[in-house]
Amino acid sequence: MSDLSQRPESPVVGETIPHESAALHVTGRALYTDDLTPRTKGLLHAWPVQSPHAHARVTGLRTHAAYAEPGVVRVLTADDVPGLNDSGIRHDEPLFPDEVMYHGQAVCWVLAETAESARRGAGRVEVDYEPLPAVLTIHEAIAADSFQGTAPTARRGDAEAAVARAAHVFEGETEMAGQEHFYLETQASLAEVDDGGQVFVQSSTQHPSETQEVVAHVLGLAGHAVTVQCLRMGGGFGGKEVQANGYAAVAALGATLTGRPVRVRLNRTQDFTMTGKRHGFHATWRAGFDDDGHLLALDTTLTSDGGWSLDLSEAVLARAICHVDNAYWIPDVRIHGRIAKTHKTSQTAFRGFGGPQGMLVLEDIFGRCAPLLGIDPIDLRRRNFYAEGQETPYGQPVRHADRAATAWDQVLATAEVADRSAEVAHFNATHEHTKRALAMTPVKFGISFNLTALNQAGALVHVYKDGSVLINHGGTEMGQGLHTKMLQVAATSLGVPLAKVRLAPTRTDKVPNTSATAASSGSDLNGGAIKNACEQIGARLAEVDGGRGLPWEKLVGEAYLARVPLFAAGYYRTEGLHWDATVFQGSPFKYFAYGVAAAEVEVDGFTGAYRTRRVDIVHDVGDSLSPLVDLGQIEGGFVQGVGWLTLEDLRWDVSPDGEHRGRLTTRAASTYKLPSFAEMPEDFRVAMLEQAHEEGAVYGSKAVGEPPLMLAFSVREALRQACAAFGPAGISVELASPATPEAVYWALDGARNAVAHEPAGA
Amino acid sequence: MTEIATGPAVPAVIVNGEPMPLVAATPHTTALDFLRDGGLTGAKEGCAEGECGACCVLVARPPADGSPGTEWTSVNACLVPAASLSGQEVVTAEGLGTPSELHPVQHELARRGGSQCGYCTPGFVCSMAAEYYRADRAPTPSGNGVRPIDAGDNGFDLHALTGNLCRCTGYRPIRDAAYALGRPGADDPFAVRRTTPAPRPEPTRIEADGASFVRPTDLTEALGLLADADATPVAGATDLGVEINLRGTRPRLLIAVDRLEELRDLRWSGDELRIGAGLTLTEIERRLAGRVPVLDQLFWQFASRPIRNGATLGGNLGTGSPIGDSPPVLLALDADVVLVSTTGERQVRLADYFTGYRTSLRRRDELIKEIVVPLPLAPLTAFHKVAKRRYDDISSVAIGFGLDVSDGVVGSARIGLGGVAATPVRAVETEAALTGRQWTQETVDRAAAVLAAEGTPIDDQRSSARYRSAMLGQSLRRLFAESAEVVTS
Repeated sequence: MSDLSQRPESPVVGETIPHESAALHVTGRALYTDDLTPRTKGLLHAWPVQSPHAHARVTGLRTHAAYAEPGVVRVLTADDVPGLNDSGIRHDEPLFPDEVMYHGQAVCWVLAETAESARRGAGRVEVDYEPLPAVLTIHEAIAADSFQGTAPTARRGDAEAAVARAAHVFEGETEMAGQEHFYLETQASLAEVDDGGQVFVQSSTQHPSETQEVVAHVLGLAGHAVTVQCLRMGGGFGGKEVQANGYAAVAALGATLTGRPVRVRLNRTQDFTMTGKRHGFHATWRAGFDDDGHLLALDTTLTSDGGWSLDLSEAVLARAICHVDNAYWIPDVRIHGRIAKTHKTSQTAFRGFGGPQGMLVLEDIFGRCAPLLGIDPIDLRRRNFYAEGQETPYGQPVRHADRAATAWDQVLATAEVADRSAEVAHFNATHEHTKRALAMTPVKFGISFNLTALNQAGALVHVYKDGSVLINHGGTEMGQGLHTKMLQVAATSLGVPLAKVRLAPTRTDKVPNTSATAASSGSDLNGGAIKNACEQIGARLAEVDGGRGLPWEKLVGEAYLARVPLFAAGYYRTEGLHWDATVFQGSPFKYFAYGVAAAEVEVDGFTGAYRTRRVDIVHDVGDSLSPLVDLGQIEGGFVQGVGWLTLEDLRWDVSPDGEHRGRLTTRAASTYKLPSFAEMPEDFRVAMLEQAHEEGAVYGSKAVGEPPLMLAFSVREALRQACAAFGPAGISVELASPATPEAVYWALDGARNAVAHEPAGA
Repeated sequence: MTEIATGPAVPAVIVNGEPMPLVAATPHTTALDFLRDGGLTGAKEGCAEGECGACCVLVARPPADGSPGTEWTSVNACLVPAASLSGQEVVTAEGLGTPSELHPVQHELARRGGSQCGYCTPGFVCSMAAEYYRADRAPTPSGNGVRPIDAGDNGFDLHALTGNLCRCTGYRPIRDAAYALGRPGADDPFAVRRTTPAPRPEPTRIEADGASFVRPTDLTEALGLLADADATPVAGATDLGVEINLRGTRPRLLIAVDRLEELRDLRWSGDELRIGAGLTLTEIERRLAGRVPVLDQLFWQFASRPIRNGATLGGNLGTGSPIGDSPPVLLALDADVVLVSTTGERQVRLADYFTGYRTSLRRRDELIKEIVVPLPLAPLTAFHKVAKRRYDDISSVAIGFGLDVSDGVVGSARIGLGGVAATPVRAVETEAALTGRQWTQETVDRAAAVLAAEGTPIDDQRSSARYRSAMLGQSLRRLFAESAEVVTS
């Protein structure tokens, strides 16, 4: 065991405890950014003026009528920006644009005494637009050659030749929709300026340091003049990794211009229509198999829908390319990726960050090809698992490849897959209008930011004279339980009870230059930094103790009197990573997280409606830092993945000449449906993989935020198999993603009307 | 800012036991904004349309089944006008317990991982508390295999929570928390509160921003107001609240009709059932207690419990929406609508009531008083709703069936459709294709083809026109298959 991963006797990590804020959550006392509104005197409310065109030049902007609206104080426009008029760090996202690039983009913002006045004022701002042609879908973008950013390729061997040589060759296209984050708390920021001109921004952001950076460059200030605090978020899921920055900048700009606190809080419609989403993807592919179902070669081109600006699209695409293989060995492979530029919201990070989209391609191929190969999908997938010693298409050795097989076998046994498959077959033989299916899928997910530089973190640990401990770190809390784990790490490292440790909200003036809380890396990075700080303090205290074994409080008191510093800044960087983005080769990931799910569904042949009857999961979290938190991440990630794959259906008006072309038509909770209780598996059994110690991470744990989302492929594959059960044996079923009841209906209706076995190698 | 209008006493809402004056509330201020502006920020705005439940709070109401006492009722504070709660008692998550003294519901949610980001949690707490305190919640005998799939051994009805969305947990720990709840203790103050009457509706008049909110004392006053001005009647505000929040609608005069006794009667007579248009769907459900099976199929599919605690049949018919879920059922039941104004009452056939997209025979000065369902009910009835999500979704299509099948022959058929035309419609050609025929697969297949061609369904974000048409035909096939199962089993 490494020093990093080794646990002391009776560690606090590993204890099952509730979320550190649970008692505040349930009593309504946990404060979120916008809860500060009634607690802030003299506050102004902001309202955006949104574009009614997907693409247009702004040829005129007249704000005087807005000032006639009672309560309106100020209209913010591009002319007001003292620094850089841009909400991103790539400088391709004007905060106040003179060319609108998507329907709903904010042209300017109105500040008023009440939200109602601001709304009315916004309605009175006059904007002249010169509409321009808009590219909306991936297909339109491909036809128009509308791309942005880099277009990398990962390759090994000669995929084209190997496909051509294979006994069974299949080709096809796979398309998948994006996903709205629908964090329950919409984007929110509240900015104030103090007497020294210091700008203080409270923001619901996953990346306070970048929010600080963007606010500073918009205001033309140095970084030290801006402080960003994130109390906690009501969900993030990637949607606040960069997308919070512009709203923080608007609030900060308003506060500096008016001298009053300014609140920006999007309502749900604004959040839907203005903020980026998970990227939809399109893939073309050719795959070659041998007679035994071994995948010999894959040649695929992925096209992501990046929206109007680059945002994080290149990084998302990189992760997608790095996850097409999922848990499967592909001897000869070529994976090319590119980013479509469309006149839509700028698509962004979302739990999994391209990984799910990449994986879906190969899972779709297996699901479609298994019947044509005449091999049970469960067997087909298992036959193609990585073996120890094999490398990914980008050249990283697959460490712990056996864990996928171990988890697979455990699910096979505990979920009684063989017996239940027989029951499903019997059920289907005796029910004409209802069919069931049981499917299994694996997950292998790489942990670390693809970009090596981001894999660093800082922490600040204070021990007060009374022995109480206050910790601060660069990670943000969005519900994932990061703070809970960090409290456990600090208590473990210092050897004190959990109650001795408190954690203060994330602030850029406590820990600078942090990375986003993203890529599932929050615990690995910040835990490493906290442990480092605690160990510095612990070493000093050990010296003071001199082997006497003093009680904590007494030791701390003595150390103070001996003039020993009782605080420390901790730092951590992940060792052993390297990545060459130019050739798409390297070892960008510290380790892989593994998981396996088996899902049983039931599909109604009249409507395509379905239920998830039972789900069994075995997931690898290493040695869990906090089992209740990890269980919550597994279950919640799974259901969110089920939402993406089955229910959540983003629709834009793509009519060629429509008046509202480019308008998001699913822009409310009533038209965009999240999973509810009905989508929860009726019988949900989750186990964590045992003997799963991870040498390379804090206290032997593994990241858990994103990987479980992709376990939801089991539900999609089960739906596909249930649709097939309405038809003759051996037919390949294509299933749209999301697999809404309508999509399932058309799939099963197609199966029901299919008559012949399609020849292998079509 | 706003001044309140009449009366010596400042109107107030009793929130967590303390009066909270309605001083800054305009007629359009939601209860949620009112509470949050007052510093009670536990309740959240997640969607502003009653879909997510993050705003849920408890309101002390007369029990839905008509019994004496008080029932804690979960409502969407984001939809309800604050003014409509004048004189009423509201409890929020803050009022149920404190971090050091958690309420049993809070305790179970907290310790089981029922909160992650915590944003939806106060709303879940309130919806769960409402079900916790439901007077007739009784442990369901376990082990006999008949426990409904959506209920716990403790009698907890999971449908109490289907109006609350959580984006983090995947729901399992929330369900487990709900199913672990015991009975309220004898000295539980919220349980004790149930034994005394709920606050009576308080006549209210609030004027601000050039608009008025009026809760009249009785029907006569309400009709007088309607006759004099361009007024908008409001009951649970489950539709109007969305218009106000998301579409900027600002009615000049709101008239609260939800507590008018004259609209709240439900009675059976020999040949008809009369349902007051001002009763909430929850009240109708509890008072009918399953005696109209097709309405029982409707209620849980109509919307979530918090919405049904506000929504009324009067509202669902009054908006004239083509995708309301009650018209297809009421059309299948051959219902009439009673309209009332200062000049008297008139009874019209529901089949004639809708005149166009969101228009009807109702004049601006009329209120819907009650819905009249002729008896006996058709023997074969069903309500089929096709939507993306099983709970709390808007229909792609909705179909109500009322068939009289005896001796294997269809004596009469009434089929109501929603979502396939500008108004709810009767599937008259399908009815004709069934009436007088043998109730066989052959008849059904032929009629299903007719049904699939009824109406003029459109493509939209919910589904394609092609799917809607297919679902009409499939609906009749499903009805036949299920009726055959009933016959054979």
